[in-house]
Amino acid sequence: MRNEPKITPELVAEHGLKANEYQRLLALIGREPTFTELGIFSAMWNEHCSYKSSKIHLKTLPTTAPWVIQGPGENAGVIDIGDGLAVVFKMESHNHPSYIEPYQGATTGVGGILRDVFTMGARPIACLDFLRFGDPAHPRTRALVAGVVAGIGGYGNSFGVPTVGGSVGFHRRYDGNCLVNAMAVGIAPADKIFYAKATGVGKPIVYLGSKTGRDGIHGATMASAEFGDDAEEKRPTVQVGDPFSEKLLLEACLEIMAKDCVIAIQDMGAAGLTCSAVEMGAKGDLGVTLDLDRVPCREEGMSAYEMMLSESQERMLMVLRPEKEAEAEAIFRKWGLDFAVVGETTPSRRFIVRHGGAVMADLPIKELGDEAPVYDRPHVATAKQKIIKAEEVAPPISTAAAILQLIGSPDLCSKRWVWEQYDHVILGNTVQRPGGDAAVVRIEDGPKALALTTDVTPRYCEADPVEGGKQAVAESWRNLTAVGARPLALTDNLNFGNPERPETMGQLVGCIRGIGEACRALDFPVVSGNVSLYNETNGRAILPTPSIGGVGLIDDFTKSGTLTFKAPGEAVLLIGEAVGWLGQSLYLREICGREEGAPPPVDLAAERRNGDFVRALIREGLASAVHDVSDGGLLVALAEMAMASGIGAALAGAPFAAHAFWFGEEQGRYVMTLPQAEAEAVVARADAVGVPVKRLGVTGGDALTLGDERPILVAKLCEAFESWFPAYMGAPPAASPEAGRTES
Amino acid sequence: MRSAVLVFPGINRERDMARTLRLISGQESAMVWHAEPELPAGTDLVVLPGGFSYGDYLRCGAIAARAPIMDAVRRHVKRGGLVLGVCNGFQILCEAGLLPGVLMRNNRLKFICRDVYLKVERSNSPFTRGYNAGQVIRVPVAHGEGNYVADAETVARLEGEGRVLLRYVSPTGALDPNWNVNGATNAIAGILNEHGNVLGMMPHPENHVEPELGATDGRGLFAGLVDHFKQAA
Repeated sequence: MRNEPKITPELVAEHGLKANEYQRLLALIGREPTFTELGIFSAMWNEHCSYKSSKIHLKTLPTTAPWVIQGPGENAGVIDIGDGLAVVFKMESHNHPSYIEPYQGATTGVGGILRDVFTMGARPIACLDFLRFGDPAHPRTRALVAGVVAGIGGYGNSFGVPTVGGSVGFHRRYDGNCLVNAMAVGIAPADKIFYAKATGVGKPIVYLGSKTGRDGIHGATMASAEFGDDAEEKRPTVQVGDPFSEKLLLEACLEIMAKDCVIAIQDMGAAGLTCSAVEMGAKGDLGVTLDLDRVPCREEGMSAYEMMLSESQERMLMVLRPEKEAEAEAIFRKWGLDFAVVGETTPSRRFIVRHGGAVMADLPIKELGDEAPVYDRPHVATAKQKIIKAEEVAPPISTAAAILQLIGSPDLCSKRWVWEQYDHVILGNTVQRPGGDAAVVRIEDGPKALALTTDVTPRYCEADPVEGGKQAVAESWRNLTAVGARPLALTDNLNFGNPERPETMGQLVGCIRGIGEACRALDFPVVSGNVSLYNETNGRAILPTPSIGGVGLIDDFTKSGTLTFKAPGEAVLLIGEAVGWLGQSLYLREICGREEGAPPPVDLAAERRNGDFVRALIREGLASAVHDVSDGGLLVALAEMAMASGIGAALAGAPFAAHAFWFGEEQGRYVMTLPQAEAEAVVARADAVGVPVKRLGVTGGDALTLGDERPILVAKLCEAFESWFPAYMGAPPAASPEAGRTES
Repeated sequence: MRSAVLVFPGINRERDMARTLRLISGQESAMVWHAEPELPAGTDLVVLPGGFSYGDYLRCGAIAARAPIMDAVRRHVKRGGLVLGVCNGFQILCEAGLLPGVLMRNNRLKFICRDVYLKVERSNSPFTRGYNAGQVIRVPVAHGEGNYVADAETVARLEGEGRVLLRYVSPTGALDPNWNVNGATNAIAGILNEHGNVLGMMPHPENHVEPELGATDGRGLFAGLVDHFKQAA
């Protein structure tokens, strides 16, 4: 073990290991670790890779259903959608790297999640991106938006997967920590899913893909700590993405998988070679020996430590069927990729790393993964906020002025500037483009399709983590329902601050509880996920943001629901109750300048009843347009339906305080249109099953007319809706056929 | 119609193209690897699909233009065979010298994916016989470098010889800088070579061919080609 630095308490601390964690390490191996071993432990035991703060709470989430093939714990979740096909999907954060270096941070986030999906044998068919940035007025926000969006597009467009949806929002609490959560979805034969678990002794371990360089060393450790003022100095820990290599890696991997060359396969993501080799061995109860002299390197003179911790992108590790070696190698050579046998499986359950003739690491493989510290960190529940009554909120401006201001605000305005930089039509299966309640992507030649969405309302989670967690799942389920899909499963990406603070830990615990309750009530299990903690700068944490990526199934894509008003003269119905809940609403924040109150409660039984009713009407072809009611309330939903179609509506006046009726954010609600002749029967059907329904008015004209108030022109709404983002980014407004298309 | 779709490393719309050719011609395309020295015997139409060949790392299309298969494509062109290059395929054809000019960075400096309106300037070409002259069609673009540029003499020649086949226009067919999605010279979206047997275009007609997906304006191009070969047979 030559030329390695001496292990000192300072060096241990630099590796992010706490004193008690180092003691645990010493007890496990019975001696002082080598420098390489210390690096390996720091990579395996950091928060990002070990889930040490969240593990005991994540265990409470429901993860099974008859259609779940693989729940959390693999590269991605897998669900059965019939016809011999499976959906493989996961969402993962790249928050810390994206703040330090927005373009590369975002590209490698997309690249990493795509690899997680195709490692399991699936061809990626869609990506979504959930993004949160700081106050638009903060000096760094604009550059972060520009860099992150360009990075997502730069990777996905070149790789060749449509980016079909996501979410973009702003809040000053993200000033020092933006959020970039990338979700990838793929399709695989249900009986040909590939896993990380190695089987068989003496099998060759093969290194695939790009060469190893010195980039991204300690990336996962960096992502497991708060930022101080020195965030900029962490740039060397960010990796560089190469979508071209990833596209080749995809094609080569799917080709060797089709030819049955693979026993086990794992992508090299966080903590690169270390994490992938240990996981394959530990899952298979086998040892792994690596010979680093055979690892393809981009630079000369790399040490064992550097090779084991490099997070160079577009790499995979595979356990190969020995008799297929020549065939597999030829495929990789054809695609111009590296293929090197770098080790083998052993019966010893030890992780042995050789380099330059010396053993640089010799560690117990199970303990590296399974014996990582697990914490039940102290947590305190967030204090409940008081319920704000409508009469406690005096409307400062008219309803018409308020809707124009809301629809043109950063969180509700059109995100066209963002999604036009993403290729959302490649592969020719995009049924519903960005801007609907959920994206709809046809599976192969149809008729089945997937509905996909990402959701969470962080201000609700901040005010009440349990209700906020429930609401995130409920809104995902509702968005899938609004396009006619049966919600099947979700992936969660839990973004929080420093878990060592009891208040932050309380938010995490509360949100997980709420998520679990909603998942159980809606039969909507969690099959994969990611936890991103320490999203905090100089002691200020982000809003608690457990983003939910939902997947639903549509049996016939030609019958999916859309939010566009289809024709004048149709009845407009509200499904769900109207009570005028203004606490934590965007109206309260944007119009009254108040961020306060209890968020709207989520009645999961009503959510399910209302959603099942709406989905049935879509499937029967009775509902002509459907839109969920969420951020901004009822009038925002109606405005979005009008803008998407250019058709207005004449609506009855508010039955109670207008600002509360039109802008309240109570849950479990949809706006639906249908031919007038059907309306009476549908209302009767709703009454019969206990679903609240209210006739709001009739579509038609070029304006939204509320009772006897002055009409609000749809064209004026569109102008407000389309102008904020281009103006903010300094771009000329676009002339585009879909101007007016809305967001969920 | 026997078509060959060329596959260069990093190309990513080859499946879209092959599916569209199958849907409209009823025949499977041959997928031809860039390292092949020859096209399949009897190839009628060669298609260079969209994507990011070699990551677009040197200059869009520059590396692919020098692939072994391109010599076979040149021979096919000399024989009078038809070649269609879409998006990256157009860029490759320019880099290979089979079409004049170059595709520069979009004038708004960003990748853009959006439906655009195109005016079909002539219908008397094998690529546009499925349309009427002057017809306005709606198809998507998805590119970062589609801003067509050539020297004044070349542009004058293209215009004079009627080789500008497709142009970005407003929904009513008017030339309008607001609707010229990438700032291309003379709003050029697609051009022919001097013999009229090679078309390069930036937009993706192959992504708008299915009524169930809401748009079919791209069909005419492929249906016209099928007719062309039927008549030739």
